[in-house]
Amino acid sequence: MADFSSPLRRLGHLTIEQLWRLGFATRFFFALLVYSGTAFRRFQLTLREVYFGGVLSLVIILVCGLFVGLILGMQGYEILQRFGSSEALGTMVALSLVRELGPVLAALLYASRAGTSITAEIGLMKATEQLKAMDMMAVNPIARVVAPRFWGGVLSMPVLAALFSAMGIFGGWLIGVVFIGVDDGAFWSQMQASVDFHYDILNGVIKSFVFGVAVALIAVFEGYDSHPTAEGVSRAITRTVVNSSLAILALDFVLTSFMLRGN
Amino acid sequence: MSDDILVSVEDLQFHYEGNPVLRGVNMRIPRGKVVAIMGGSGCGKTTLLRCIGGQLRPSGGRVQVDGQVVHQLNHADLYALRRRMGMLFQFGALFTDVSVFDNVAFPLREHTDLPEEIIRDLVLLKLQAVGLRGAQKLMPAELSGGMARRVALARSMALDPMLIMYDEPFTGLDPISLGVIGQLIRRLNDALGATSLMVTHDVHESLMIVDYIYFLSNGQVVAEGTPDEIRASKDPFVHQFVHAEADGPVPFHMKASAFRDDLLGRGGRG
Repeated sequence: MADFSSPLRRLGHLTIEQLWRLGFATRFFFALLVYSGTAFRRFQLTLREVYFGGVLSLVIILVCGLFVGLILGMQGYEILQRFGSSEALGTMVALSLVRELGPVLAALLYASRAGTSITAEIGLMKATEQLKAMDMMAVNPIARVVAPRFWGGVLSMPVLAALFSAMGIFGGWLIGVVFIGVDDGAFWSQMQASVDFHYDILNGVIKSFVFGVAVALIAVFEGYDSHPTAEGVSRAITRTVVNSSLAILALDFVLTSFMLRGN
Repeated sequence: MSDDILVSVEDLQFHYEGNPVLRGVNMRIPRGKVVAIMGGSGCGKTTLLRCIGGQLRPSGGRVQVDGQVVHQLNHADLYALRRRMGMLFQFGALFTDVSVFDNVAFPLREHTDLPEEIIRDLVLLKLQAVGLRGAQKLMPAELSGGMARRVALARSMALDPMLIMYDEPFTGLDPISLGVIGQLIRRLNDALGATSLMVTHDVHESLMIVDYIYFLSNGQVVAEGTPDEIRASKDPFVHQFVHAEADGPVPFHMKASAFRDDLLGRGGRG
């Protein structure tokens, strides 16, 4: 008879390990919130992280936003003209971006561009005992190192998502109006008439804020919890990308379910 | 605890994942002295240092620093105590993204409201003391191992601590850097009126600079004394350690089944 106990034991061990880690992540999140005072009292620490995580991600965010807009413009025009409503291109591009693609893709890009570097930086600080040294100098590493990076990510995310959407709309306009010849007035007026500030834009901002919290938390936690070895840091970086991507898409599904009015 | 004892360790025990690392360590570190804790790798020296610094919570016994039981302190009080402690890590643990100057300025900027001009003067004084004022603009990656250790020493004494702890300060240093670090530890301890606690396995350098030595083996204090007493000691462990003998109370061979049985394939594993 086959021995089922070993795989079962492994499964049980893995489950307990993941639950334990989830518990530690929750405690870590609360500690992060409790020690966030420094990140706001000494706001230059957070601003520095906004620069490194947000401003230095601008190039990839803007370029990707432009390409996504160009593609949306082409695909949208091709689909809409089948129904004789190519003037609705502006509406389609704008709604796709502000509701979904802007927050989701900006968060995915932020996770791979800035999230990984945050994990690597904190992980290496741990591996080289810099966090321990800070702690021995009576400086709380969660307050001094982790919280500014977390809040830097949370504050950057909605702005990056907005810029991604704006650049995408510009790309859609460029391909639709300038290259294909959709009416310029119809493109903008239909967009203005259909995009609702609260229902579309504000919900997009809420999504990007939630994604910002998730990605920044995963990035700082993976760095802080990494094994203090080269392999440990590299695994932590991989986990940041994988877990962030899964969290963004899962949260997007949940948030969209709550936000859609269904009419 | 009498006033002239700064650190008192009483029946200290520490278990890691069920395995005993420290088994009832007792020691008293008088104020103003340089004391070494020696022993082979893995004997619990660094664990002991971390218990004294409050980074690890003991499984039993207690550690008192300046009259306060370290593991009974709350977070704020522990940090207040640590502001009066300095620690030099094995490889310096300098902050790699800021310059030498900013590394030494870090504790001053974090814990004082001093104007930048005064911080500058204080940092230059500390760097001058370790002979590296000329390296103030360098980044940690541009320093040699010995220089990094000296910068870390300047940083650890930035707030003029009452207790400085050194975790393997001589590891991986060339003989000149080793001598320089040794002399700096002694000189700065006396100049600052501090107390130094040094974890090391470098016998000859330590015997030249310290006032007292504790030998740790298998999580226990097995010998202690002044450098002269240690040199003259007939204790087999001390003798083996000081004369770097391969075999003795610390055996060369790890415990195993009979060699003959192993060769004949009859020896048990593990």
